[in-house]
Amino acid sequence: MTVTDLKQSYSDSATPKINWARIEEAENFANTVKLFRQGKYDEDSFRRYRLQHGAYGTRMTNDYAMVRIKLPAGEIYPNQIERISQLSEQFSIGSAHFSTRENIQLHWVILEDVSEILRGLAEVGLTSREACGNSVRNVMCSPLSGVCPDEEFDSTPYALATARFFLRNPMSQNLPRKFKFNFTCCEKHGMVRMVDVGLIPQTRELDGSIQKGFKIFLGGGLGNRSFVGHQLEEFTPEEDLLYTSIAVLRIFDRLGDRKNMARNRMRYLVNDMGWDKFQNLVLKERAIVRATQSVVTNLEVDHTPSVIKRPIKISDESGNPNPDGYTRWLKTNTLKQKQSLYHSVFITLEAGDITSNQLFELATIIREFSSEGHARAGFVQNIALRYVHEDDLPRLYSKLLTVGLAKSGALTMAAPIGCSGTTSCNLALTNSHRLAKEIQRKFLELKLDQDDDLRDSSIKISGCPNSCGQHGIATIGFFGGGGRVGKEMFPNYQMSLGGRSDGETMLGVTCHRIPAKRVIPVILKIIELFKQNKKSDDTLKDWIHRIVNGKEDSEIKSVLDMRKALDSLTIPPTKEDDPDFYNDFGSDSSYHTKTGKGECAA
Amino acid sequence: MSQEKTIKTTTNVDSLRSEIRDKSVRVIDVRREDDYKQSHIPTAVNLPLANLLSDDSPERVLKLVNSMGIDDETPVVVYDDTFGALASRVAWTLEYLGHSEVSLLETTFSTWKSLGLENDNQVPNVQSKEHSLHLRPDILATSDYLERSKDNSDVILIDNRERLNYLEQHIPGAINLPYRTLSTPDKILRPKDDMKRLLENRRISGDSEIITYCGSVGTLSGLAYYALKSVGLPNVKLYVRSFKEWKGLEKPIVKQQDAHYWDLSAE
Ligand code: HEM
Ligand code: SF4
Repeated sequence: MTVTDLKQSYSDSATPKINWARIEEAENFANTVKLFRQGKYDEDSFRRYRLQHGAYGTRMTNDYAMVRIKLPAGEIYPNQIERISQLSEQFSIGSAHFSTRENIQLHWVILEDVSEILRGLAEVGLTSREACGNSVRNVMCSPLSGVCPDEEFDSTPYALATARFFLRNPMSQNLPRKFKFNFTCCEKHGMVRMVDVGLIPQTRELDGSIQKGFKIFLGGGLGNRSFVGHQLEEFTPEEDLLYTSIAVLRIFDRLGDRKNMARNRMRYLVNDMGWDKFQNLVLKERAIVRATQSVVTNLEVDHTPSVIKRPIKISDESGNPNPDGYTRWLKTNTLKQKQSLYHSVFITLEAGDITSNQLFELATIIREFSSEGHARAGFVQNIALRYVHEDDLPRLYSKLLTVGLAKSGALTMAAPIGCSGTTSCNLALTNSHRLAKEIQRKFLELKLDQDDDLRDSSIKISGCPNSCGQHGIATIGFFGGGGRVGKEMFPNYQMSLGGRSDGETMLGVTCHRIPAKRVIPVILKIIELFKQNKKSDDTLKDWIHRIVNGKEDSEIKSVLDMRKALDSLTIPPTKEDDPDFYNDFGSDSSYHTKTGKGECAA
Repeated sequence: MSQEKTIKTTTNVDSLRSEIRDKSVRVIDVRREDDYKQSHIPTAVNLPLANLLSDDSPERVLKLVNSMGIDDETPVVVYDDTFGALASRVAWTLEYLGHSEVSLLETTFSTWKSLGLENDNQVPNVQSKEHSLHLRPDILATSDYLERSKDNSDVILIDNRERLNYLEQHIPGAINLPYRTLSTPDKILRPKDDMKRLLENRRISGDSEIITYCGSVGTLSGLAYYALKSVGLPNVKLYVRSFKEWKGLEKPIVKQQDAHYWDLSAE
């Protein structure tokens, strides 16, 4: 278990280009906690302060916090990973969690220790500032931006510039509610219609030269009620990117509902006002912002290309060129980049969790294998290592295998998402986190990750209706609740089908309530029905898409047919026959729902 | 009790090297015998922790100390390869016996070696000495003592196990300071200012009586004992039989309820 002792010097290893931190914020945080404990700070203002600095509350206790570390555009460097390894061991549970929004979360941190984490992060240029609360949250970018074969250009520098512009900007310190930007590479790899502002890079020809710009989508988002974003205009030239962002933020700031916390994300504003009116308002506001541009800073987009340098092989050639499981892993975890000879490698974690030791080893692996010298967080609680030379792939696989990071199925249905659920979240009704792990283990055991028909489908699980697990955009999505037989309660999930976040974005259609302990059998049953009824080149995703849209003509024609086909699996047994049915995953006592105060709106 | 003596908890690498050259120090290597035989810091004697723990009654420890050529005036430096925890347990035992000139090497044997410092495999010839016996009950907490004093608002009880173990079960009233928190990647204890800030944030300061414990034999909490001493806290006790004994005696235990924190671990 020792992470200590090893101090190698990689003098030419890549170091972070941007310092996101302010060391004095650690000190201030420590002092504020002291004042709060002395009763000199009231609960509400302390909570706002805490959230602004990236620390959430924790399930059923005031003593612990969760620290959410932002990785703008998903970028993370080896020295930063080493530091997080150390901090997770010292102040958290010996593991860290990769989230769906390119954050790393440390759970069960003692509130009085949060400032030590902030200090440790600041020393390596990282921050958790504005990772929670009513602010511009972490600016995301596709893990494939810059290497995606289908992209028009790399949007990473724009994502970083946007993050830089809004971080600590007075304009975004007191928004009605949280505000999210997602940049992507192409239609296929992003999540641009499910966020306040989603951006896809595109180009057009103007007077014989190529002009860069974006397709911008506004007002989407997942939650208790979810909405799909609207495209602002045909083409937004890059010069207008900042003006547009500021305009949207200003409108939201002015008109967003500050009274009704449950309905104050920008999507509600768009919905209440109607898209046409909102669109008009944005365009007008942008004209005003543009006219006052002398006082507005431009986005500082840094176009210096990353240095791509294949690391020098460090001694050992011992790695077996075709170790066990290599072919399976190659197929389900790697993608060819647009740069020939280079691959992007995805590391799948169980529901995003990684141990301190694995993090420590990962830092070295990045230095040894990524020719860009850093890694990117992905969208699905995973990590991408890019610019791996194809000749190095077998050796990389062997390395990952020795530290337990070579699970296959990263880019398939066998990598489900589970939010934190009852492991730490105050609002959770079920242990969605563990359920995601159980499903992954089952899928890998049955080798379903190798099934091409399932590859583009997804499973996503939230522990309550709030959608942190993004169940609404999953091919098969679940959110938790309590079920009841007489006086006895059991963990239960609402299942939806056919959600997607690509060019044909739609929310899943509600299908059935599935008891927690029946979720795996039900998923396997759906796959079995698919195999019986599929057309020759069908994928599960296509098949379900036809069902939810009433376009399927086989045995299962509608969601209602599916419901009937699954009915028998959902009937609760008596407690005498199957006591385990009444316990949630990870628990050997009877299930009951219990929640504390939520802070999503705080 | 003189402040000067209690403050020196660690010995840095350079001082130890010159003390070895001056032959003015007794170095104790607490690793297993096999490891010791392969290589150790020059002049070090071997006292594997397991050997000590097989019977740590004062009479036996006194014999061991005498046979290692330590009398009341001999400065002793202890090291291990386990981030200082095993060395701490041995050093504390010497202190309990009444020996005040004992400190920990600031780093581990692996780091010592990786710095390219001298090591050999020679077993030194040691002349036996006579140490006196002045037990120090003021640095020891027993289960009875703990039970009587833990609800006293002036007593701070610290659990040095990892966070998940603490959440799962701990002695009522204990706060958690995992042993990992105490060290840096290359030193067994944080620099003094750093340690002070960390402890003050946790409101571990002043004249309170502090009792540390860990899982079973007082190693991790032994390290914490020295961490607290390193910032000059005057009144620290080690509950040397720790949680294992407490649980065995079926004394009260509390747990963080209604949360499945284990499922967040990637182990
Ligand atoms: C009504 C309250 C809440 C709402 C509506 C809400 C909504 C969301 C949504 C929609 C996401 C998905 C990220 C995205 O927007 O793309 C998310 C992520 C997340 N939320 Fe919440 N949230 C709420 C409360 C909480 C609370 C109380 C916690 C626990 C501290 C929490 C923890 C998380 C986590 C951990 C993620 C990242 C998911 C992951 O990858 O693990 N949320 N939240
Ligand atoms: S979906 Fe519910 S249970 Fe899951 S993290 Fe969000 S609020 Fe918590």
